[in-house]
Amino acid sequence: MPGLILPLLATAGDAALFAGRAVREAFRPPFELRETLRQLFELGCKSAPLIAVSGFAIGVVLSMHTRASLARFGAEALIPAGLAIALVRETGPLTAGLLLAGRIGAGIGAELGAMKVTEQIDALEASAVDSFKYLVVTRVVACVIALPLLTSLMNFTGMMGGFAAETSITGIPLGAYLAQAFSLIEFSDLIPSTLKTAVFGFIIAVVASYLGTTTSSGTEGVGQASTRSVVTGSIMLIVANVILVRIIFFFYPA
Amino acid sequence: MATDAPPAIELREVSKAFGDLRVLDEVSLAIPAGHGFCILGRSGTGKSVMLKHIIGLMTPDAGHVLVEGRDITGLSSRALSPIRQRIGFLFQNAALFDSITVGENVAFPLRRHTTLPDEEIRARAAALLAQVGLERDFDKMPADLSGGMRKRAGLARAMALEPSILLADEPSAGLDPVTAAEIDALLVELKHGSQTTLVVVTHNIPSARAIGDELLFLHEGRVLARGTADALDRNEHAMVREFMGSTGSG
Repeated sequence: MPGLILPLLATAGDAALFAGRAVREAFRPPFELRETLRQLFELGCKSAPLIAVSGFAIGVVLSMHTRASLARFGAEALIPAGLAIALVRETGPLTAGLLLAGRIGAGIGAELGAMKVTEQIDALEASAVDSFKYLVVTRVVACVIALPLLTSLMNFTGMMGGFAAETSITGIPLGAYLAQAFSLIEFSDLIPSTLKTAVFGFIIAVVASYLGTTTSSGTEGVGQASTRSVVTGSIMLIVANVILVRIIFFFYPA
Repeated sequence: MATDAPPAIELREVSKAFGDLRVLDEVSLAIPAGHGFCILGRSGTGKSVMLKHIIGLMTPDAGHVLVEGRDITGLSSRALSPIRQRIGFLFQNAALFDSITVGENVAFPLRRHTTLPDEEIRARAAALLAQVGLERDFDKMPADLSGGMRKRAGLARAMALEPSILLADEPSAGLDPVTAAEIDALLVELKHGSQTTLVVVTHNIPSARAIGDELLFLHEGRVLARGTADALDRNEHAMVREFMGSTGSG
């Protein structure tokens, strides 16, 4: 048993040091602004279609379920507000986080893993470039910025999906729908739950970067790094979500 | 050349092990500036590991590595940066960055470490590619090149900052004899023209004879023989003589 636990603890400790280094290096020059912007485009902008389409579909489905439940009590007027609260507080952030843990986590794990086994990371170092800052910190910063923005996009398209579902049944105009939707939304619903996805972005990028840059065993290792990035990132994200929701409730009691 | 100048590269009792496998065992050597130095030996005897120690990609378990008189052992990536800018490294598999074009690979060190305008950088990268016979491949992606072409592009990238030391890991492996001879000629020209110190890992004995002022034969992590090609031809160890008698290009 110690033969299993000790390597696991060693890896966890190593990954924690890796995460700490990412935070420290993010505030030390040079800031690799150009590469960070490129990563923001690659990881953020290119994820937008996935998030937008998923958000819209989730909005439609959530609206249909909400209608089915509230109609029993004659509370159809609460459908927009109910959907908005569900989306903004939890469904939007968590779904966006998990979708991006798949898309971004797999991408970073595979890309950095491939760069490791083909000595491209060594080639960066040999070119007098700090590979950690250039490859890891840029991706971490890009993810921390991109996740809240993409979550906001998912919330928005989710609301639009909800509106499409509602207006097809009741013919409610957009202005009235949005007014009802935002009637019960408060600061404490929107901002903390959106900003917590910055932590999701940090987790996704750090886990995938760690597993990518510690890849070995050639092509097989690259595949494993990619898969483990998604699985480990998703699990850590879900666990972190429980802790973050508890913290949000502590500061903003329901 | 001043005789009191420090060696371009010096290894002092450098040891390195991976698990139980001792890859370098108290290896000491000094390579004078401007010399061509070839490292020979069977596969898996620590030749590439030695090169990676010289540029700080690996840290010795024991001993010290000095570059142009400065001890680089254990220095951080940041502290190594100015030293690495004076060293070019050609990797065994070229290690081109596969997300950018061949031309941008060669331009990469120039963009990172010079303030030259974009046009000048592109012109220099194109000239370097022309030097290795890839003048028509600037805009190709690395995946579109053959193994030999990638190796030549890697050499162009290694030369981009006009390094005072060039480390090359099997520069002629996988190349046809004509191209291999051209690469050898280019390396010799670098040594004579720019006084670049060359450290070349090779299995290609004709290349080693062409490039190396001095040859070193590694065996099981230790220096088995060292000297000129003629001296190694007459070495007491049969393995060294057999190696020197081969014409393998691999």
